[in-house]
Amino acid sequence: MKNNPSIAPVRLRPGAVRDGEVTINIEGRLDSNTTGKIWRQATETVTNAKARRVIIDASQVDYCDGSGIALFVHLRALQHKIGGQLEITGLRPEFQVLLEESELGDLEQWESRGRPKTNLAEDVGRAVVGFWEDTQRLIIFIGELVSGLGRAAIDPKSVRWRDVVLVAETAGVNALPIVTLVSFLMGVIMAFQGAISLRRFGADVFVANLVGLAMLRELGPLMTAIILAGRSGSAFAAELGTMKVREEIDALKTMGLDPVRFLVVTRVIAAVVMTPLLTVFADLLGLIGGAVVMRSFGIPVVTFYHQVQYQVTYGSLVGGLVKSFVFGILVAAIGCVRGLQTTTGASAVGESTTRAVVSGIILIVVTDGIFSVVYYYLNV
Amino acid sequence: MSAEREAIIRVENFTAAYDGEVVLENVNFEVFTGEIFSILGSSGSGKSTLLKHMIGLYKPAAGRILIEGHDVAAAQGEERRQILRTFGVMYQSGALFGSMTLLENVSLPLEEFTDLPPDAIRLIALLKLKQVGLETSGDLMPAELSGGMQKRGAIARAMALDPRVLFLDELSAGLDPVTSAELDELVLSLSRSLKITFVVVTHELPSIFTIADRVIMLDKQVKGIVAMGKPQELRDHSDNLGVRQFFLRQAPGRT
Repeated sequence: MKNNPSIAPVRLRPGAVRDGEVTINIEGRLDSNTTGKIWRQATETVTNAKARRVIIDASQVDYCDGSGIALFVHLRALQHKIGGQLEITGLRPEFQVLLEESELGDLEQWESRGRPKTNLAEDVGRAVVGFWEDTQRLIIFIGELVSGLGRAAIDPKSVRWRDVVLVAETAGVNALPIVTLVSFLMGVIMAFQGAISLRRFGADVFVANLVGLAMLRELGPLMTAIILAGRSGSAFAAELGTMKVREEIDALKTMGLDPVRFLVVTRVIAAVVMTPLLTVFADLLGLIGGAVVMRSFGIPVVTFYHQVQYQVTYGSLVGGLVKSFVFGILVAAIGCVRGLQTTTGASAVGESTTRAVVSGIILIVVTDGIFSVVYYYLNV
Repeated sequence: MSAEREAIIRVENFTAAYDGEVVLENVNFEVFTGEIFSILGSSGSGKSTLLKHMIGLYKPAAGRILIEGHDVAAAQGEERRQILRTFGVMYQSGALFGSMTLLENVSLPLEEFTDLPPDAIRLIALLKLKQVGLETSGDLMPAELSGGMQKRGAIARAMALDPRVLFLDELSAGLDPVTSAELDELVLSLSRSLKITFVVVTHELPSIFTIADRVIMLDKQVKGIVAMGKPQELRDHSDNLGVRQFFLRQAPGRT
């Protein structure tokens, strides 16, 4: 309220200390804007006076709200600390009432403990216990999910297919633009980088092998899964987390409906169907990207096509699709489980979303490594 | 009630609409300085809509709402900040920030809007907590508080800057009778000692009769005010059947 002229400035005039007694004049308006201006001065005056008795003449105070009252309480506490007295005179009755209601008593010395502090040993211990409990919960969840999926396989009518289609649309169809962009550019970048090196040996036609193998075996499934984790894994966690916070999950349970069957199975089925489809799409776009670059390097599209056809086996394609199938299950399941683990509070949903994406990406990468080893021994 | 009937809030020809659908139409009333004013009505009658417009969250479709002569919805920038400082709001769920302790919640407006030193802010926040009876709970996180404590904490935060008007949305909804009676007592004592004007949205009958000086009642069909006055008079003498039923807790269709 710097520019507001209606506020009378506040002034503090300390008198001289005489016989251990000092009178301090305060006049003007004491509110949350003005009290700060004299707080330090008042504190210093009272502290420095070291008087047995401090009298505050408040007869010229026009207005006094909670901040002004706090100032008086503060000064009185200062005086009590050195065994002195503080008297406030002339305060208007309506403010006097406020002051009398503002006896803090023991709370004058109350110190905020602040946030509880932890030490390293405790942090490590908590992390280990947390990891162990998380693993246990995951195992339980996997059991529930398998039984839910098993039931869905035995009795397909029990699945809410309308929800499956809806999730498939948001998680799959709506992801097409970003999958297009990412995989096309992956193909372009790989082909371009490969061509610069291989060209020096006159081997730029083999860029087709590079792009074809890398996209179909590795990057197609991997990038699709990571996009899915970022787009849909997080969305599942946020959605289920919000349902948890709003007690909708509890409502399902008390209605006798299993949240895993009702919410998770539909999402996992949708993801399992859509991820391989998206991967095929990503593979194709990556190859097109490669072909476009090679065309600009003077290699006809037909040559690129034949090179890919001869060098990339069906094994690579199917191997990639099997991976994407597993990635789909993992991303959807971890998104849902993080959502169901949501605690309460505004930050809880954000936390589960983060955890869903992080766990999703970790699982994808680790599983991809396992697949590489398995494929090596299977000679795929 | 205050001797001089000076209006602190004026609602003039106010119309509220969501997506073109009119919820309240041509509403006029005044809130006088120092009184406890209550907005009543059945579910869906527009109580919360009215409140959200009064505190400037939404712009009226027509008409205007003045707080101490300032149009809160039309104000911009620094003027708006100054108007917002004159009142405090307690939201239905308390809306304490979950990432801060109770004391930090109450200190926040003081830290952001004043140049008071930290020890002053701490002391003021403690005094506010004392006024709502939570002075020993300052270190607790909102999640550790019961529903009634959260609401009291929210009142303390709303009072941090010593507002002249306090808006309370659903003061006692979802609380046990003892806690809501305590909150009613709190409102009465704040009204007496601090001369704060209260605008309370509620449909708890005991609470209305205990605290409200004047009430208005909104109605879904009328899209506006069907009754205004002292609660006891409305209960005993209203010529509107719906109003009497509301106060006597009768289902429509019975007489």
